[in-house]
Amino acid sequence: MSHFLTPLFAPGFFASNAVALAAGVGAIVAIVTGVVGVFTVMRGQAFAGEAFGDIGTTGGSGAFLLGVGPLWGFVVGNLIAASAMEMIGIQRPRGRDLATGIVLGAAIGLAALFLYLDSTQRSTTGATVTILFGSVFAISSSTLPLIIALSLLALALVLLIYRPLLLSSVSAEVAAARGIPVRLIGACYLIALALATALAAITIGAILSTALLIGPAASALRLFKRPFHAMLAAGAIGVAAMWLGIVLAYDSFLWPPAGRGWPVSFFVVTLLFTIYLLSGLPGLARRRRSER
Amino acid sequence: MSAPEDILTVEGLDVQISGRHILDGVSFHIAPGQFTGLIGANGAGKTTLFRVILGLQPASAGSVLIGGGGSRGRGRELVGYVPQKFLLDPDLPLRARDLVALGLDANRLGVPRPSRSRRALVEQMLDAVGAGPFADTRVGRLSGGEQQRILIAHALIARPRLLLLDEPLANLDLASAHDVVALLASITREQNIAVLISTHEINPLLGVMDRVVYLAAGRAVSGSTSEVVRADVLSELYGHHVDVLDVHGRVLIVAGAGDESDLSGHHLALPASGILP
Repeated sequence: MSHFLTPLFAPGFFASNAVALAAGVGAIVAIVTGVVGVFTVMRGQAFAGEAFGDIGTTGGSGAFLLGVGPLWGFVVGNLIAASAMEMIGIQRPRGRDLATGIVLGAAIGLAALFLYLDSTQRSTTGATVTILFGSVFAISSSTLPLIIALSLLALALVLLIYRPLLLSSVSAEVAAARGIPVRLIGACYLIALALATALAAITIGAILSTALLIGPAASALRLFKRPFHAMLAAGAIGVAAMWLGIVLAYDSFLWPPAGRGWPVSFFVVTLLFTIYLLSGLPGLARRRRSER
Repeated sequence: MSAPEDILTVEGLDVQISGRHILDGVSFHIAPGQFTGLIGANGAGKTTLFRVILGLQPASAGSVLIGGGGSRGRGRELVGYVPQKFLLDPDLPLRARDLVALGLDANRLGVPRPSRSRRALVEQMLDAVGAGPFADTRVGRLSGGEQQRILIAHALIARPRLLLLDEPLANLDLASAHDVVALLASITREQNIAVLISTHEINPLLGVMDRVVYLAAGRAVSGSTSEVVRADVLSELYGHHVDVLDVHGRVLIVAGAGDESDLSGHHLALPASGILP
């Protein structure tokens, strides 16, 4: 470590296994949410993304109640929710949001019960905080294979349906006229979205997962005008925010109140928001120039 | 009087949507390379007719034959479709040339592999519709006329034999509308692609149309312009007396004297005397 950087990092940063695992998981998940998120933004499905995040609260608290890992809860909960949304599937303009809202409401009702049972039976509030706001440092290394498998599944799904998904995201009408099964493609994408949100939930917390899904993608869309470039950029922005957030969180053990450390999710989300604001500057500068 | 070599044959087509008759015994046919105008007011059934031809809307009776086959399977690959102008997000990460390239193989799975021949084909299509200057602009930031050209290129790159365009001239200024019609006319001539273009305004197509399909309240008459755009033919189609007025080469279709009923959008208040040639 160079002398110049030493004060930035608390002692032991690069030797810590927890940090290495967090950085690895953070990077994998950020790449998945970046790729999936670009389509979420293009398709105007940010509400569905947010809903899966919130529904993760139900899955996570349910898993805690059953004594299984929270990631299982996030994944199973989101997949059930995705099927329910498809089955309600109101086929008219904005009907998609209606189906999402109905499922979301029902799921949050369950979460209210599960979180109550969690806190009364286990006499701990730790579960609630972990599920809602997450901590990439709390992920156990035994979860890593599942995280990698789900990540590959979500990525493979999006890349498999890439072309029909892209055209249906631009215009469902043109895609349907081309013979593309628009509804089936949408359902496949919903599964990828459910998986990506579950992965984001385990990394930065259920209700913060939207930030990792939407933030990098929305920034990338402002900066890049080709779909593949936007997907790569969204992944890179997510990884950068995760890693910088981990560094800051680790360093914050030295900040007041000393010895406690600030939540890593706070840093990641704040960084993502800052990056989004900064990503608007090039466009603003262009408009300024053209107005002159 | 359809011929076996016709690219599109529509016979006695009936469509009912929730009990309402949208199309009622519509028949017409289009030969390869023909420029056909589908004329009708809003709500006359133009979009429904397109949806049936594309296989997106089932018919209650009648048949649609494309290139000798049905509209499912191989037949549909012969049809290109340009929708009514739709709103695209200006931040959509898709350049005009990317949307044209999607026309090649959007129905295939997997990620496209870039190749020189693919790029050359896209370039050629962009040139054909005069979209070279804005090929690298995001599609959502193009003007209505520019988007129309890109959508035409997107449809043409799949090498259809029949191109359907739903109200491509709506929302375009006169100059852009004229350019789009001229572009389509040259495509039909040079590539022998039949064009069926729906519009509620017949005049921009008068010089270029080979045939007219005139749609009113779900019923249709078809033929050459001089066969269809006549007072007796259109009066019978509308079920009201209608006058067809020629004003320096432009056509005005107006409700006849003494008939106060609204002619589904074609009603035009004219002074009782005056501008007739």
